[in-house]
Amino acid sequence: MSENDMKTHVDVKATVESKKWFYNEVVREHFFNPKNLLKSEEEAEEYSKEASGIGQVGSPACGDMMKMWIKVDSETETIVECKWQTFGCASAIGSTSMLSVMLTENKGMKVEEALKIKPQDIANRLKGLPQRKFHCSVLGDKALRYAVNDYFRKSGQSDRVIVDGAKIIDKILKITDKDIEEAVLEGAVTLEDVQKKTKVGIHDKSCIPEVEQLIRFYQEKYLS
Amino acid sequence: METNTVYLDNSATTPVDQRVLDVMLPYFNEMYGNPGSMHSKGLESQSALEESRKKIGDILNADSDEILFTGSGTESINMAIKGVAHFYGKNINKGKHIITQKTEHHAVLDSCEFLEKEGYEVTYLDVDRYGMVCVDDIRKAIREDTILVSIMYVNNEIGTIQPIEEISKICKEKKVLFHTDACQAANYLYLDVKKLGVDLLSLNGSKIYGPKGVGILFLRKGVMITPLIHGGGQERKLRSGTENIPSIVGFAKALEIAQNEKEKESERLKKLSDKLIKGILRTIPKSFLNGHPIKRIPSNVNISILDVEGEAILLYLDDLGICASTGSACTSKTLDPSHVILATGLPYEAAHGSLRFTLGRFTTEEGVDTLLEVLPGIIKELRGISPVNLRAEDFKEYLSEENKKISLKVAKNN
Repeated sequence: MSENDMKTHVDVKATVESKKWFYNEVVREHFFNPKNLLKSEEEAEEYSKEASGIGQVGSPACGDMMKMWIKVDSETETIVECKWQTFGCASAIGSTSMLSVMLTENKGMKVEEALKIKPQDIANRLKGLPQRKFHCSVLGDKALRYAVNDYFRKSGQSDRVIVDGAKIIDKILKITDKDIEEAVLEGAVTLEDVQKKTKVGIHDKSCIPEVEQLIRFYQEKYLS
Repeated sequence: METNTVYLDNSATTPVDQRVLDVMLPYFNEMYGNPGSMHSKGLESQSALEESRKKIGDILNADSDEILFTGSGTESINMAIKGVAHFYGKNINKGKHIITQKTEHHAVLDSCEFLEKEGYEVTYLDVDRYGMVCVDDIRKAIREDTILVSIMYVNNEIGTIQPIEEISKICKEKKVLFHTDACQAANYLYLDVKKLGVDLLSLNGSKIYGPKGVGILFLRKGVMITPLIHGGGQERKLRSGTENIPSIVGFAKALEIAQNEKEKESERLKKLSDKLIKGILRTIPKSFLNGHPIKRIPSNVNISILDVEGEAILLYLDDLGICASTGSACTSKTLDPSHVILATGLPYEAAHGSLRFTLGRFTTEEGVDTLLEVLPGIIKELRGISPVNLRAEDFKEYLSEENKKISLKVAKNN
């Protein structure tokens, strides 16, 4: 085969240099070596006793379930430890692992700052997730919010519990109007688009009319 | 073949058998004529085309002109369902009702859905927990305006074999056309269309160690279809487009090999899949077999493993060089788990943890042993990090006796 022939064949050559993997290398690392994980039921039980707050979201029927434990230094209002467990795919495992790193790196993040983390921030730190897997990264962020609220309640600061002006729309997945707002801001146009990002209404079908109304509302608010 | 990959996804697609590849190669650049041409190069290809057609006809116990070549199994199925629907529903107004079942491949389901938008009515029959359709349900569903029944020979996800002969008897009696998607059957089951009693039957090359991008539709003489593709009038004007001779020759060879070796291969794979099923159920608590315990093709092993998510298992296996597939929602485009598993009545949480291993011609006992060695460890690890712990008692009806011993004990410990 002449050199010229070789060139014309380059286009159709499958990548063989490295083994192909569905996600990128950062996600891969966090999937195979998740950080801050509770590795057994016993560990989880032990840790529950010392945690400042615990949050749980999702269900096995939905295909994703996430549980998060945080330890907060009440003096500095800093998250010093964050542990988690998940029933979920590589994207869920990878993004929660990354979230736990973000929360605890550099001696820990202030609770106020932690509550500002968005799923998109986690995806960015992971150097991107495939479009249709983005919704899997939402759960960790949500579990964190529940864990923080749990901490507020347990530490006698019930007044600080963040309802965030958010109203729960999907009762099973605990998806709020804020989540729908965010999905629209990320470019979702139809109900299907929003479902791809949030899974809203997949199990709690009764909320779909309200979701559709919200999509129209946010589209008019931001996009027209 | 790569030697370090344990490929257990043969229902997704198969590698091309060397014997098939060998017969195909000359047709790419030596015997390249268009079978529609009158010159010697054209006639050379035409004879290859007609010989292939005859070979396939003989295997199916059909006339060669009852065999039509298409571009895939999906195309054959579309051609059968839409073709019959359009001819009998529009051209001669016989009716617009079609009967199928919920566990069909999307090629069938989405074709039916498309026809519904055109005003056709489709009955999607339920299946039992093993994925079997009830023959009596078909009889009851047939109406005056029913034009077609489409039931697959073998399910692609759970391997369940449907009673095609019984169904065809009813269809004959009620004078309704019967199509079967036989794409997953050709390696292990007979394809004699007279014995099966079908009017239309779809097959494809990529599941039988033949090339991808080629399929056939058996269309019984006297059955009319409206074509999907118009043009040069090839394939009795029913499927225009220059015939894909290398793939057609390859398809014929692949089908010949598959059908010649089906008994021997079934026996070999039965031993391997039995070993795999037993091995998993014996070592992994809260796991069970999906599909029919006996009426299944010997290559299919579909297992649900509770408390873990399918995609994560799949990627761990892939990292160790083992290729499998899952019915988990996370690998589907709809965010819903497998429609087949759900149709068998399994709850969502068990569908998310379903794994499909499909053995094939190049699967060795060593490969199965490798999987059995690594899988329990992977599950143990993923269960460790999972906050879910479903009660084995709730799934008692699915668990085998042997599995109950380890599952119920585990539950007690917790």
